[in-house]
Amino acid sequence: MPLIYLDHLSATPLHPKVKEAMTQHLETVFGNPSSDNQVGQPAAAALEKARAQVAALINAEPKEVVFTSGGTEANNHALKGVAIGLREKGRHIITSNIEHKSVLNSLRTLRLLDYRVSSLDVDQYGLVDPAAVEKAITPETILISVMLANNEIGTIEPIADIAQIAQKHKIVFHTDAVAATGIIPVDVQKLGVNLLSLAANQFYGPAGVGALYIRKGTPIWPLLDGGLQENKRRAGSENLIGIVGLGAAAEAAAQEMPMNLPRIKALKERLAKGLIAGIPEIKVNGHPEQCLPHLFSASVTYIEGESLMMLLEDEGIIVNTRSACASGSLRASHVLIGTGLDHALAQGTLVFTLGRDTTEAGIDHVLAVMPGIVQTLRDMSPIYKKEHTA
Amino acid sequence: MAYSPIVMDHFKNPRNVGEILDADGLGEVGNPVCGDMMSVYIKVVDNRLEDVKFKTFGCGAAIAVSSMITSMAKGKTLEEALKISNADVAEALGGLPPNKLHCSNLGADALHSAIKNYQDRKSGKVKPLSLEIDKEPHVKGTGGGKCYCPYCETKVDDEAHFCMSCGQELPHEHDH
Repeated sequence: MPLIYLDHLSATPLHPKVKEAMTQHLETVFGNPSSDNQVGQPAAAALEKARAQVAALINAEPKEVVFTSGGTEANNHALKGVAIGLREKGRHIITSNIEHKSVLNSLRTLRLLDYRVSSLDVDQYGLVDPAAVEKAITPETILISVMLANNEIGTIEPIADIAQIAQKHKIVFHTDAVAATGIIPVDVQKLGVNLLSLAANQFYGPAGVGALYIRKGTPIWPLLDGGLQENKRRAGSENLIGIVGLGAAAEAAAQEMPMNLPRIKALKERLAKGLIAGIPEIKVNGHPEQCLPHLFSASVTYIEGESLMMLLEDEGIIVNTRSACASGSLRASHVLIGTGLDHALAQGTLVFTLGRDTTEAGIDHVLAVMPGIVQTLRDMSPIYKKEHTA
Repeated sequence: MAYSPIVMDHFKNPRNVGEILDADGLGEVGNPVCGDMMSVYIKVVDNRLEDVKFKTFGCGAAIAVSSMITSMAKGKTLEEALKISNADVAEALGGLPPNKLHCSNLGADALHSAIKNYQDRKSGKVKPLSLEIDKEPHVKGTGGGKCYCPYCETKVDDEAHFCMSCGQELPHEHDH
């Protein structure tokens, strides 16, 4: 049986069209887009083509797209750039408790520089309450940052509602749309955001490249200082080969989304229903409807996620766990704890992310083997014994 | 750092899983907040560990450590078993990733705690074994006091709040 890859959150395989575009670029272009000569011109053309492709995916103007080294840099740029840009106006920033580490740790750095941060609680589904955002606003508030969709539980936040509040109070609004862009329709006009982060490796482009959408007129200081690249917003010679890949991935995502979405949704439904029916006492995380269509997060009681993940891999199934043991940091996921899960339950959390290569047969294999693996681990677990002999 | 082949073998085919219903000693350490929880059951005949079994909630390393330490302890005298250290278990497993060394601490702690439980019961300090009543409070790892930064795997001070090598905040809700 071929590998059943259900961890598209960590990395996506290159789309064939992305591979083709990057290969062709590698073989024909080497110039610097900033060079005003016949070697530089094809490079500049490739750069601007990719910019237009990304802009089209999110309904932006091409000049509002700034290429970055990925989602992390885009988030760092948005938060630190606005903080520096508006330092005279105020030093208060509003965010949520379940943001990606690149947002939370950027804010940690800003705290060291005497910015104040209000981090809002979420409900049991991981939803941010727009009314709570409005309540947290002070005359000092310069920036609100709430993610479009959460990368661990899939919950899609009411971004358009929060953006309206931000607009009303004339506060810059950033959304980290890394987990959502290329998967679901993302339209910066409908969302009404000033800044939006995206990354190619979430939608079949290469890792190490992303973009920050900067609405015209948004006050933001560069993160990287240097030359005049990216309309003076991001210095440094462009990662052109990556950018070409991002552009091709954006175009392919826009084209294939209408076809892929219903198929992925149906497969996720099959996985969710099958696991709930086949494994007693599991808890589904995230919002039941407002959720990324390719992400399914569930916490399996009485057992720990890393051992479950490793036994699934033995069956050729690759998934992600939010267990503290596997996190590298040995901490329970702040997202799961934020939605009210206790530590033991958070330990047993798996995240399945489906992709364009996921098949019904692959899902059925998961459904066939996972209940047995869970039972093996539960039979080994001292907590399971206690609850089930009582 | 990935797990060694010995760790993978003991994780996938764990030895001595289960309970001993008429156990002479029970050691329970860890809690699910830390990530790992281990129960070790011992049967003692003529001062020797005739049987050792375990139940573990935890990661691959925790399960492999449980399997290895119970295998190592079986047949040993109590004195010999008490000498099995965290380092011995980690070494027998072909090494553990530095940020998983705390799992081996838990293994030795659970075994030693089971032996102590047996000795206490024999000397009348605690009542005869009732599986649900005998509980050791969570014992902190005693393995030489070595802590590793989970981010960069540099050795860090026990009480440090930041790793001096990579600057990351160090978790302290987790046992070392």
